[in-house]
Amino acid sequence: MREGQPTVLPGFGLTLGFTTFFLSAVVLLPLAALALLAASTPLHQLLDAVASPRALASYQLSFGGALLAACINLVFGFIIAWTLARYEFPGRKLMDAMIDLPFALPTAVSGIALTAVFANNGWLGRYLDMVGIHVAYTRLGVILAMTLIGMPFAVRTVQPALLEVQRDLEDAAETLGAGRWYVFRRVIVPAVLPAMLTGFTLAFARALGEYGSIIFISGNLPMKTEITPLLIVIHLEEFDYRGAAALGFVMLAASFVILLTINLLQAWGRDRMVRRGQ
Amino acid sequence: MTAAGAQPGSLEELATRPGRETLLAALGRRSLIGISVGFLAALLLAPVAVVFATAFRNGFQVYLQAFADPDTQAAIRLTLLTALVVVPVNTVFGLAAAWAIAKFEFRGKSLLITLIDLPIAISPVISGLLFVLLFGMRGWFGAWLAANGISIVFAIPGIMLATLFVTFPYVARELIPLMQQLGNDEEEAAITLGAGAWMTFFRVTLPKIRWGLLYGVILCNARAMGEFGAVSVVSGHIRGLTNTMPLAIEALYNDYDFTGAFAVASLLTLLAVATLVLKSLVERAGYRRR
Repeated sequence: MREGQPTVLPGFGLTLGFTTFFLSAVVLLPLAALALLAASTPLHQLLDAVASPRALASYQLSFGGALLAACINLVFGFIIAWTLARYEFPGRKLMDAMIDLPFALPTAVSGIALTAVFANNGWLGRYLDMVGIHVAYTRLGVILAMTLIGMPFAVRTVQPALLEVQRDLEDAAETLGAGRWYVFRRVIVPAVLPAMLTGFTLAFARALGEYGSIIFISGNLPMKTEITPLLIVIHLEEFDYRGAAALGFVMLAASFVILLTINLLQAWGRDRMVRRGQ
Repeated sequence: MTAAGAQPGSLEELATRPGRETLLAALGRRSLIGISVGFLAALLLAPVAVVFATAFRNGFQVYLQAFADPDTQAAIRLTLLTALVVVPVNTVFGLAAAWAIAKFEFRGKSLLITLIDLPIAISPVISGLLFVLLFGMRGWFGAWLAANGISIVFAIPGIMLATLFVTFPYVARELIPLMQQLGNDEEEAAITLGAGAWMTFFRVTLPKIRWGLLYGVILCNARAMGEFGAVSVVSGHIRGLTNTMPLAIEALYNDYDFTGAFAVASLLTLLAVATLVLKSLVERAGYRRR
């Protein structure tokens, strides 16, 4: 069906009109308010908010922590996806269903629960404390919460890609004398690379914006364990709307860049699939 | 692909792939399964277990008493009310958006899909911030609202709006690809044979998309009841009035009332488990995400 070609189906005007109106009212108007406020703020005031030492320290933790958490998820997400896609073992189905728990569990719950488990007297925290590792109320805690929240993205993008790898190719490579490691590097990794990078980016994006599960375990010390979303909340509590909007604008710009990257990665993945004849 | 019907790693599958089960392979498999189980146990199972262990540590009576607190009851009511308003609104929106996008061709369609998905990519705190900038005391409409005695931010309408924003894409993003794939033939046949628009929708389209719709509604509801960041920014944290369940958890936790905090958390954990179970059931009924 092409544009302008008549169709017998009714409701085009009504549904598109409602969709556009509702989208504008709920999403676009609020976003415009943020963009306009940031744009109308004098440059020096904008720079004060965006480049203050406290803001810079928060970017370092938010972006750096999200990057580290995404790297952890790249490795463990791949191992979990591999385990789920390739092995049969008791409890596999349960494990498969459990992966989505961080999506379904409210972030405030995962926040207080992680803190309870990893506090110095917690179930796991007490053993880590014995070897001198402190998780709760440190940057490590922030990274842990970011890892938890991004994990499903890393697993759920790689898992279907792994199931689609043609095992004939692996068999053929092994028949031709390739070792397991060689097959892994030259057959499996190239086939799932776009999915791995997409999962990495999604996990990074989610960790960057995360608030609820982090603020309980981080301790929220300015310059040390304060994430950028929390700094926005602090500006708002002081009724400094311009400062909050300026920081929000930085985070929003980062989200757009990430969204663009994800779209490009997915296009690249489809393109590769076509060229590899899958 | 593997032999038809054979589970990966199962005996039948190994029989079709002779020579694979070496000692090294078995060792590798065991250690990878071990790493996966360990990682998930520390990150998922332990936190879920600690919620219930802490909630019940002073016995069942104390656990129940936590729900006798009027502020906690008010929070539970507000969370249910919010979901009751937000989920139907976003369901109607999702159906309308999917109908327009899947059934018709028009310019700007891919832009529209991107914009619908946008709230998922935005930090919850920023979602809340947007509504404070619009309706807050020093926001765009702040002076006008104050003059007319209407409060949105630090009141229930703000909580509803922020929740509406963060759960906005959930139903639409399930339905759009599903309806695009199912095509228009049956609807066109129904209309041609004289069925009305609503009859076509209820008798032809709705039965086809019911599992996808249910899937979207389940996810939308879970997010609506559990949202913390966005709601936290607009709520003002007035106990008994503008605290939802996740915000009540924070308030109790900051008061060192851990039994109370984890008791409320245990309800939300049960909601999450119920969400996952329902999700699996819908998937078992044959629904596959696209």
